[in-house]
Amino acid sequence: MAVIIDLAVQGAQMLLVLLLAPLLTGLGRKTKARLLRRRGPSLLQPYRDLVRLMRKEVVLAESSSWLFRVIPYLVFAATWVAASLVPTFRTGLLFSWSADLIAIIALLGSARFFLALAGMDVGTSFGGIGSSREVMIASLAEPAMIMVVFTLALVAGSTQLSTVAGALLNSPVGLRVSLGLALFALMMVALAENARIPVDNPATHLELTMVHEAMVLEYSGRHLALIDLAAELKLLLYLSLIACVFTPWGLGGPDAGAAALALGLASYLGKLAIGGWLLALFETSIAKMRVFRVPEFLGAALMLGLLATLLLFVSRSL
Amino acid sequence: MILVLVLACAGILLAASVLAVVIGRTKAATPVVYGVCLLASLLACAAAAAELLGSSAPASLALPLGVPWLGAHFRLDALSAYFLAVVSLGGFAASLFALGYGRHEQAPARVLPFYPAFLAGMSLVVLADDAFTFLVSWEFMSLSSWALVMAHHRDQENVRAGYIYLVMASFGTLALLLTFGLLAGPDGGYAFADIRNAHPSTVLAALVLILALVGAGSKAGLVPLHVWLPLAHPAAPSHVSALMSGVMTKVAVYGFVRIVFDLLGPPAWWWSIVVLALGGITAVMGVLYALMQHDLKRLLAYHTVENIGIIFIGLGLALAFKAHGMAFAAALAMTAGLLHVFNHSVFKSLLFFGAGAVLSATGERDMEHLGGLIHRMPQTAFVFLVGCAAISALPPLNGFVSEWLTFQAILLSPELPSWGLKLLVPAVGALLALSAALAAACFVKAFGVTFLGRPRTPAAARARETDRSSLAAMFFLAALCLIAGVLPGLFMDALAPVVHGFVGARMPVQAGVEWLSIVPIAESRSSYNGLLVFLFMVISGTLAASAIHRLASDRLRRAPAWDCGYPDPSPVTQYSASSFAQPIRRVFGTIVFRAREHGEMPPPGDMRPARLTVELHDLVWETLYAPLAHAVGFAADRLNRLQFLTIRQFLSLVFASLVTLLLVLAIWP
Repeated sequence: MAVIIDLAVQGAQMLLVLLLAPLLTGLGRKTKARLLRRRGPSLLQPYRDLVRLMRKEVVLAESSSWLFRVIPYLVFAATWVAASLVPTFRTGLLFSWSADLIAIIALLGSARFFLALAGMDVGTSFGGIGSSREVMIASLAEPAMIMVVFTLALVAGSTQLSTVAGALLNSPVGLRVSLGLALFALMMVALAENARIPVDNPATHLELTMVHEAMVLEYSGRHLALIDLAAELKLLLYLSLIACVFTPWGLGGPDAGAAALALGLASYLGKLAIGGWLLALFETSIAKMRVFRVPEFLGAALMLGLLATLLLFVSRSL
Repeated sequence: MILVLVLACAGILLAASVLAVVIGRTKAATPVVYGVCLLASLLACAAAAAELLGSSAPASLALPLGVPWLGAHFRLDALSAYFLAVVSLGGFAASLFALGYGRHEQAPARVLPFYPAFLAGMSLVVLADDAFTFLVSWEFMSLSSWALVMAHHRDQENVRAGYIYLVMASFGTLALLLTFGLLAGPDGGYAFADIRNAHPSTVLAALVLILALVGAGSKAGLVPLHVWLPLAHPAAPSHVSALMSGVMTKVAVYGFVRIVFDLLGPPAWWWSIVVLALGGITAVMGVLYALMQHDLKRLLAYHTVENIGIIFIGLGLALAFKAHGMAFAAALAMTAGLLHVFNHSVFKSLLFFGAGAVLSATGERDMEHLGGLIHRMPQTAFVFLVGCAAISALPPLNGFVSEWLTFQAILLSPELPSWGLKLLVPAVGALLALSAALAAACFVKAFGVTFLGRPRTPAAARARETDRSSLAAMFFLAALCLIAGVLPGLFMDALAPVVHGFVGARMPVQAGVEWLSIVPIAESRSSYNGLLVFLFMVISGTLAASAIHRLASDRLRRAPAWDCGYPDPSPVTQYSASSFAQPIRRVFGTIVFRAREHGEMPPPGDMRPARLTVELHDLVWETLYAPLAHAVGFAADRLNRLQFLTIRQFLSLVFASLVTLLLVLAIWP
């Protein structure tokens, strides 16, 4: 019986992230529009976009291969699995131990690897430019992320995300310089990984500095819908990650009852709303940077992460 | 018994080598020789695996060969068995591949005699139990592989590669010779059993460590001793490249482990600093070099350098933990390093086979002349993609597991008491993460430019799928990548006796863990389940696909590429290998390679094309090897005068040296 409940909770989490992801993107777009004194599209617009794309026919480039048609499913699957493994409203889900934080990062790495290949598949210059810039950004963002993981793992004594969240919630960790630095690094990485301003502009299609959009330029119809959904899931994943590690309040424990679960869910939704609003505020108040400024930005994130880890290594013996 | 069997396999290989000399010119030579190699390797691999899993006591054997007062000692313990399994598995796959690939060989008589000898040499190195046998087998391995590098000797580039390889290999062997000389001491106990019982002083041990790093490291490809590797590995026929990159570098790792972990006795803490720093630098430099290449085989060879760095990071951590008495952490780190030995040998062989298939289908190694091969060679493309994903450390394949274990070992290192390590290990962790991310970039480039897009030359457009036995070898290795990725616990358990012998502890038994997860330390600390991750991905991908095929439109239309409205039909306008690497070259290469771009734009009205040239400097070569080569040349020039002395001068020279030597002998205490 307990197993069935656990399975149900795990399934609920998988569905929850899938259903919430477009809403979060819609919230971001709406907030940005309001900040610019526009009315903006409805919160539900991303769902409508997905449905519309699903109904359209796929226009496939003549030089594309079988890999091009498989990649949207691969990218979506890897991102969905990764997003389902990050605690949202409850820690210690049934399969939470099957992959720790390093594996979650690596799953996102798999998704990116295949997406970059998709950019190369048709053999156009736009796809190539997107892929080559994406891997350049990733080559700095990924190590920075691993350094953040090191910091969290050393503070909590585990790379298991459920354990990390539990440790930060229940034990008196207190304010730590390392955690502050790691939070900064994580936010910078999240901006870069999700192709947000100032690294990339998610709203543009015709600009030479575009990265993510250039890679997926040749996709259409249901394939594009899957890739968009995967991108939305990734944004949700990063916000959930920041929420569950740095603001773990309200998160239900492994043996939480119905009331605790409801509280966890409510606080999760609240955190997402605040996170989405803050992201929109940040994006509105800053300009996009040149592509070759991005390495400096991400290099700073890497150095912050390294500094945070180094502080923890050194402070062990004090 | 098993030892006799594996020695017999090596004997069969040597016999095959002789046979190849006899029948080398006949048509049946290729299938016969490779067939014999395949069976002998398979037998040796099965025997070694049985020894490793059966974990019986080490067996030794002394044969009356070689130096009369020493004989030839052989011993099969867990470490030898593990490396023998890796060597023979590589040999098996390469022989299977060569059954098809070898038919395209223009000069089989230059390859067939040396190939079995090379395999036998590598097997004998890991079995040797005295310094003499070890060095003879090591030289045997080096020279036979040199002969294979020189197989296509009419190519000027290969001649240069062979020359540099020969110089570096002799230098490495010299270092190993001195290593064993120091280890054996003045009484000359050259059997490994005698060396184990002797306890060298601190200074002597330090010297041995440095010499072993130089000797084994030059064969493995540690930066800055890697220069021969990207020249020699691609020059050989592709199945030999796979063996040299995937297996021979592992034999070098074996040499290092045998000397430093086994023969040298308890480590000092600072040894690990040297090994870790070298490993970290090697990992990042290797992948950066690889990113700058557009020759597919050379890119793969440079990538071997990176993976050797990762292995040495694991071994360095194991040394650090062992020196500080943290046996369980040392077991974790050493398991990570040794598991990467196996993983790398599998996917690197696979990738070299893929490159060989491309080479035989198109005659091209240069990625700038390839492209679109996924349409013409779909099966090769599929297995090459698996290899690319595995080497880029993507879950659920095997490369990820060993890197994950290395990260877990790094996370245990704040407990180390020494300050040098406390400061170094986080930096090494960052270097490891950086090299993993750059590796993914490198293989997006390798696969994307070679197999995706549109063909850049007629040769690439006419490519044909490779033959069955080559495909069988590649599919076999691709399946191993997946199996070792989803069931890593089996392989970690098999490594337990190897690790236990050297650090005095083993990792927790993984076989009994629920759902076949791996739990390196404790479940609350970290766990990973490749099988479940793989199943989840399959299930969610299938769910998405079935939902879409039920609910969404399934209409599909083929049309010209969109490319933002400006598609160009010429395949030259695609992103090439060097343009793909340009952002990374600009970020990292300006420092590491002093990369500069020179644009030459003719004035308006001038019809000449604009040109962009990229200038790259190999700083290791320019600052270390070029001055050295210059100095040797200069000295040789000066010494040349000695040839033109008169007979009186010669005689007085001989007399003077005799007197000097006698004086030295008289004054020597």
